[in-house]
Amino acid sequence: MKRTVVALMEDHPGVLNRVVSVLRRRSFNIDSLAVGHTDQPGVSRMTITVEGNDEVIEQVVKQLYKIIDVIKVSDISDEKMVVRELALIKVTAQSQTRSEIMQIVDIYRAKIVDVSPESLMIEVTGPEEKIDSLISLLRGFGIKEVVRTGRVALVRGPSATRAPEEEPVDGRVRSTGRGVKQAVGP
Amino acid sequence: MAMTTPRPQSVMPTDTAPRRMTGAEILCESLRREGVELIFGYPGGAVLPLYHTLPEFPFRHILVRHEQGAVFAASGYARATGRVGVCLATSGPGATNMVTGIADAMMDSVPIVAITGQVATSLIGRDAFQEIDTTGITLPITKHNYLVERAEDLPIIVREAFYIARNGRPGPVLIDVPKDVQQQEAEFIWPTEVRLRGFRPTLHGHARQIRQAAELIAQSERPLILAGHGVIISQAYAELRALAEKAQIPVITTLHGVSCFPESHELSFGMTGMHGAAYANKAICECDLLIGIGMRFDDRVTGKVSGFAPKAKIIHIDIDPAEIGKNVRVTVPIVGDCRNVLAALVREVKEARHEEWLAQLCAWREEMPMTRIRETDRLLPQHVIRALYEETGGRALIVCDVGQHQMWAAQHYWYDVPNSFFSSGGLGAMGYCLPASMGVKLGRPDEMVWAVVGDGGFQVTMQELATIVQDNIAVKIAIINNGYLGMVRQWQQLFYNRRYSASPLSGPDFVKLGEAYGIPALRVTRREEVAPAIRQAIATEGPFMIDFVVEEEENVYPMIPPGGALSDIILDTNL
Repeated sequence: MKRTVVALMEDHPGVLNRVVSVLRRRSFNIDSLAVGHTDQPGVSRMTITVEGNDEVIEQVVKQLYKIIDVIKVSDISDEKMVVRELALIKVTAQSQTRSEIMQIVDIYRAKIVDVSPESLMIEVTGPEEKIDSLISLLRGFGIKEVVRTGRVALVRGPSATRAPEEEPVDGRVRSTGRGVKQAVGP
Repeated sequence: MAMTTPRPQSVMPTDTAPRRMTGAEILCESLRREGVELIFGYPGGAVLPLYHTLPEFPFRHILVRHEQGAVFAASGYARATGRVGVCLATSGPGATNMVTGIADAMMDSVPIVAITGQVATSLIGRDAFQEIDTTGITLPITKHNYLVERAEDLPIIVREAFYIARNGRPGPVLIDVPKDVQQQEAEFIWPTEVRLRGFRPTLHGHARQIRQAAELIAQSERPLILAGHGVIISQAYAELRALAEKAQIPVITTLHGVSCFPESHELSFGMTGMHGAAYANKAICECDLLIGIGMRFDDRVTGKVSGFAPKAKIIHIDIDPAEIGKNVRVTVPIVGDCRNVLAALVREVKEARHEEWLAQLCAWREEMPMTRIRETDRLLPQHVIRALYEETGGRALIVCDVGQHQMWAAQHYWYDVPNSFFSSGGLGAMGYCLPASMGVKLGRPDEMVWAVVGDGGFQVTMQELATIVQDNIAVKIAIINNGYLGMVRQWQQLFYNRRYSASPLSGPDFVKLGEAYGIPALRVTRREEVAPAIRQAIATEGPFMIDFVVEEEENVYPMIPPGGALSDIILDTNL
């Protein structure tokens, strides 16, 4: 069963490596990984899609928490969430097939972002099933190249997964390296 | 900035007066502020600036003969004292030689800080001379590691490193310091505290969980405590004893739990696991409530998990939440420091008696005792351990290596002194004993330390005999010499059709070797020579070595065969 785990981490060099290293070492079955900045300075967010039952996911969450740079981990699989992925698809398109492809693109509310005499590039966002479905439809025309980002998700409603604000020590906040106020001097 | 004379104490930076110092000085001053007194290390190119500065600070530096020895020594020191052990090596091969020791500290939850030199920052990533990706290599075997980029970051890094090493579940932290950072000048500012968003260990158990546990204990008729290393780490000796006595619950231990509960106590029923006492393993099979305290249900303890404690509910108390539910299903999980949780649990638990259950365990012990050694005139390893017990009054600190002798040392010596038994358990690294015993002795100089080691394990790190002599570390060494990699030979005998592939091993004349290093040494080949030799070792000041030439093919029993459940126990047929 595909589960979604969200991890917030300190944006320190090598943190990505640490997380992936743990996932690899514990042999977790990772489907996709998407990582990027958040609105909180110095905090990165990783969305992990992982195969497994309750026991496996419990271990994923706990093992990630052991990493010093990981601040918060949530298994949001059971929450009502908005799940999205982005894909760019380059498909073979000649004059005969172009309009049919464009109709399909319309139906999927996708966009054409590049045209050439022999190909079209399509940009689509949505849940994975929508992207899977579009790709399988386009297969008939000849897919040249596909890039997918992997799943990102946010839980519906007002609740939010956020890192606690970093408390400054001696007037400095480590995450951004910027002084909140001047360090105490002689 | 060349320092040729020691800097007088009055010029040491204080908290209110930031001073400009080199990275090497900043690092040393940070270590000093963390209370470091002892450093085990081995110099090299990438740490020359650091070694140049070291003598100006009030540390004792122990020069080892292999960096692996430095880490094992720091580890032994940390385990014996509860303090953070510190080891130091250069870049490249210095760092890679530390890997085994760091992995051992990780597996056995030992707080150490390993400092490695690194090539200059401009050379990193270019395959420079003695450059290796130390932080990359040690990523999975450290709690955390750092590659220092600026000298001014050293104080906070050192402060954090020690904090991480000793708090929560202890473990190793590595700090990789490039050579140019050691030479860089910066202001020394000592951080007033450590605050890590991602590291907030839970120290106190949840009140509701503790009440649930107390209820389970009240309902149970055959409760059993399985105590591990966590009890020793949190020094919960009194609390464990109080719980056991208040509700009259028998106590068995894991390998690393040995010496967490006095083995002479009437509620003590020895060690469990692959080579644990038959009656301890039987108790697990028959109990209706198993209370795991500061242990992690490792496969050497559980045997086949599906057959583990089949009749019991399980309470699991541990500071590492990731261990709870990892290997066995748990009825009541309690995350917290053993000492805190046990103190709270003792208050909740009602007084109880379990006389019948206790009598049952005593009966099993009578039936399948651990104390019997087979009748023979030959010198058996078990005889050596027994004599050691008698001649030391059971009060020595025993450091052993890995293998058959390790099991015999756990079985035939009874540990009443808290925290008096040390070995490499999780990693099972041969060569641990000699260097670790140096650290143990330096940490507890007023107690007698015996290094009990097989002829195989001894040869892995025997170059540390020179360290023992150079620094006059008064360890007594007992080599259990059977000419084999004993545990390998046992498995080959029992499971590989007696094909002794690469298990017979020769060694030097250990007595001549001792003399060559300057350590008095004796050989013992007969039973009647054992006790006098041990007495002579004890009476002689300083280090001493005894080569016990023992029966070649002796097996450790009882044994749970690989893949077997605890009920598949193999008993000694010779008794």
